[in-house]
Amino acid sequence: MTLATFVIQLLNGLAGASSLFLVAAGLSLIFGVTRIVNFAHGSFFMVGIYIAYTLTESFGRGSALGFWASVLAAAVAVGALGFVVEILLLRRIYKAPELFQLLATFGLVLVIKDATLAIWGPEDLLGPRAPGLRGAVSILGRPFPEYDLVLIAIGPLVLGLLWLVLNRTRFGVLVRAATQDRDMVAALGVNQAWLFTGVFALGAALAGLGGALQVPREPAQLFLDITVISDAFVVVVVGGLGSIPGAFLAALLIGEIKALCIGLGDVSFGGFEISFSKLTLVVEFIVMAIVLVVRPWGLLGRPGGEPRHAAATEPPLRPLHGYLKLAAAGLGAALLVLPVATDGYVLVLLIDIFVFALFAVSLHFLMGPGGMVSFGHAAYFGLGAYGAALLVLRAGLPMETTIVLGPLVALAGGLLFGWFVVRLSGVYLAMLTLAFAQIVWSVAFQWDSFTGGSNGLIGLWPPAWLASKSAFYHVTLILCVVAIVALRHLVFAPFGAVLRAGRDSPLRADAIGIDVRRHQWFAFALIGGFAGLAGVLHAFSKGSISPETLAIARSVDGLVMVLLGGVQTLTGPVVGAAVLTWLQDEIARRVEFWRAILGGVIILLVIAFPQGIVGFIRGRFMREVT
Amino acid sequence: MRKLILGLALGAMAATGAAAQEPIKIGELNSYKNFPAFLEPYKKGWQLAVEEANAAGGVLGRKLEVISRDDNGTPGDAVRVAEELLTRENVSLLMGTFASHIGLAVSNLAAQRKVLFVAAEPLTDKIVWDNGNKYTFRLRPSTYMQTAMLVPEAAKSGKKKWAIVYPNYEYGQSATAAFKKLLAEKLPGVEFVVEQAPPLGKIEAGAVVDAIAQAKPDAIFSSLFGPDLAKFVREGNTRGLFKDKVVLNLLAGEPEYLDPLKDETPPGWIVTGYPWEQIATPEHKAFVAAYQKKWSDYPRLGSVVGYATVQSVVAALKKAGAVDTEKMVAAMKGLQLGTPIGQITYRALDHQSTMGAYVGKLALKDGKGVMVDWKFADGKDYLPPDAEVKKLRPAE
Repeated sequence: MTLATFVIQLLNGLAGASSLFLVAAGLSLIFGVTRIVNFAHGSFFMVGIYIAYTLTESFGRGSALGFWASVLAAAVAVGALGFVVEILLLRRIYKAPELFQLLATFGLVLVIKDATLAIWGPEDLLGPRAPGLRGAVSILGRPFPEYDLVLIAIGPLVLGLLWLVLNRTRFGVLVRAATQDRDMVAALGVNQAWLFTGVFALGAALAGLGGALQVPREPAQLFLDITVISDAFVVVVVGGLGSIPGAFLAALLIGEIKALCIGLGDVSFGGFEISFSKLTLVVEFIVMAIVLVVRPWGLLGRPGGEPRHAAATEPPLRPLHGYLKLAAAGLGAALLVLPVATDGYVLVLLIDIFVFALFAVSLHFLMGPGGMVSFGHAAYFGLGAYGAALLVLRAGLPMETTIVLGPLVALAGGLLFGWFVVRLSGVYLAMLTLAFAQIVWSVAFQWDSFTGGSNGLIGLWPPAWLASKSAFYHVTLILCVVAIVALRHLVFAPFGAVLRAGRDSPLRADAIGIDVRRHQWFAFALIGGFAGLAGVLHAFSKGSISPETLAIARSVDGLVMVLLGGVQTLTGPVVGAAVLTWLQDEIARRVEFWRAILGGVIILLVIAFPQGIVGFIRGRFMREVT
Repeated sequence: MRKLILGLALGAMAATGAAAQEPIKIGELNSYKNFPAFLEPYKKGWQLAVEEANAAGGVLGRKLEVISRDDNGTPGDAVRVAEELLTRENVSLLMGTFASHIGLAVSNLAAQRKVLFVAAEPLTDKIVWDNGNKYTFRLRPSTYMQTAMLVPEAAKSGKKKWAIVYPNYEYGQSATAAFKKLLAEKLPGVEFVVEQAPPLGKIEAGAVVDAIAQAKPDAIFSSLFGPDLAKFVREGNTRGLFKDKVVLNLLAGEPEYLDPLKDETPPGWIVTGYPWEQIATPEHKAFVAAYQKKWSDYPRLGSVVGYATVQSVVAALKKAGAVDTEKMVAAMKGLQLGTPIGQITYRALDHQSTMGAYVGKLALKDGKGVMVDWKFADGKDYLPPDAEVKKLRPAE
């Protein structure tokens, strides 16, 4: 790499970082003030680029003024969208348990995606180049796009403006105050509702601006929401939650590292070839993992004060009441004899539901009693699935053995990653689990000769005695029920009690001699094993697996199931898994725009049951019993 | 009176006939929501073919009915949806799929459940070779075939220093591997000076363009498509990467990927694609006319694929003479039929159809990208020798 290339690649990194910073800054502001993990932030970016495409096609092809006005108008329009979303949807659910708003924004993602498809159609839409900035200038003898130079300037410009707003205006003071202590701000008589609305709209507008500025660089397309949201989260967390300069620094860091990886290309170290260009698949997650391990609050983040109501939010758990236990046993028995009545699709669907129920229950064990939210739970599902598949295909072991060994692979993964994970807390912990999950995913995705690469592995059918649908159904039912019941028992066993104590008050737990961190570590590993069992069963029910079993979407599905059912209940995850799987199956079959309908249903459920479905039932009908 | 009796009798016959003549159900699944740019035209294509088949009296005296499902873009859901089609809808065969890993998962299920599967879109070589099975047949020319169609052009250019850029997953990897192998055979002394493998949909185009420029290649082989292609083209044009270089790009001539480029279309690139507005064979003209009449839109390559998939099923049913899996599988082997873009054969050897593609150069016309100097490359000429294929494919 010559000096000239190095400099140019640095500039490329800067240009790439600009848009990313805008999106991340908005996400960081929103999270800081409202504590909403806004999944729809990528969707705001996407809507921004679509609106800007339409406007620039009409007004921005010829005139620079038209172009820049279009960009700003798109940002304002997305801000207005955020304004409406906050007032109509989010304002209704601030009282819900933490993270629940995530579910609402997940519903939004689905609705916005289908709406975008309906409005702008399926084709990629490449906008015009920016008028007056169409060409390239020569830097050290190499051409560099003029527009990218402008982008490089816009990043610090917006950073400066945000700094002024946050430090020199009353609004900014309130935002900073709310980021540090919401309750105090409310106690001082500030109208929180409008503060939240304002911040959400501003955050959305920043995302929209980030999107709009990309019009001359990339086509508007329907994958942008998902692509952008994970990158934005990484930037926010690496920079430190709520820190705008941190987000800027993190965006630069990641942009530069990516550009340098591409610049380095294939490098051989003592005969050992490393493809840095392939590393770009996962490099931001590697950076995040390293940063979080070294600096648990990100680059410029500060350790957050203990949230005031952390201990009181969750009521103590109660075992199931006698007659509910009977009802559960009755349901189990009915499921057991069901294959007498049907051997058709119902069994196929139920197998999926059982597997996802176990997956969701295991995630809930971490989130609820364990107090550790995982954004990367798919890693253990996938490790179990891949472990079993590889043992069958590469080592020739029978499936029966892998039902034991597959979960052990996942457990080992949990033991390894958990050691790092339990050193963090809150969203940082969640994002570290995501980082590890993405690293595992990228290994499965790229190691063609071993894991089958992006195509995955096929030919994983159960042995003859399990080949019939009803036989496999029975095995899945029994294994999942046994595992779920075992996890329930664990919640009430001393181990579970210790975990809950550690969650509710780490200090007091520590004072009575509990090693909280070690218990969390073991819980993390053990839960990995349970998720792994779900993964093994999934693999053999489908006959094949691919890296999707490890992907973010699977982790998100798990979160959605848990939240939908009710995070503060033990039965919730099962109900959530059943409802989501069934809904998706039913809706997808009946309507073309099924994603929008599914998202709409989720949003309705969120508004109707802000404690989750089971949480609602319990609160409404069974105040005394459960 | 006689007329009345005759009428009643006819009516009764028609009624019983209708009862016995339930439609032949075909299960179709695809990632409609994940790849709408390709799959909406694809759906319109197969819908047209079904309508035409039924207007012509159906097949074996029965109507065709396609039951279509969205597979949500994941193999796990695809398998579940396929099971639903098989068990609840009782379809007689499966068709569809787009992404390679989903195609493979469904093909794997088809072998397990012993049901015919006509894979429409997936390009992976493995679906007919390494992981081929008795029940799976594939329509589109594979990654290998389309790469092989470009290799003669690469050899003709005489360029020795090549840069390669590909999306980092199986399709891009296979295209790259096939290209390097085939070109090295044809053009001894060829050198691959730089390889860039950006993640699918996430190319950092500026950095990739500079990294390629720095290696000073004489020619570039790319298998990018979709948003990655658009970003690469725009950055490359702005930074002057393509000046005086031979550039080959798989798929870039397909309307799905070419049309979004508009005035950014890089002239002179050698691509595989589908110049629909210029193909003047009678069968293609008839297809375009029917398609435009029904949909008031022009066909994309996906439309042809959807149309030809149903055509293949119809031809197989006719040849089999019965809606029976084993007979249909036997009929698919060596099945010949005419599609809008020419005669194809499903090879008995590996179940790959010999569908071809158009190879030509990109040019700018009225601010839009078009293909010029194109010729049709028949798929049958771009497959490896039979002996090699036999070695790749597991014995049945």
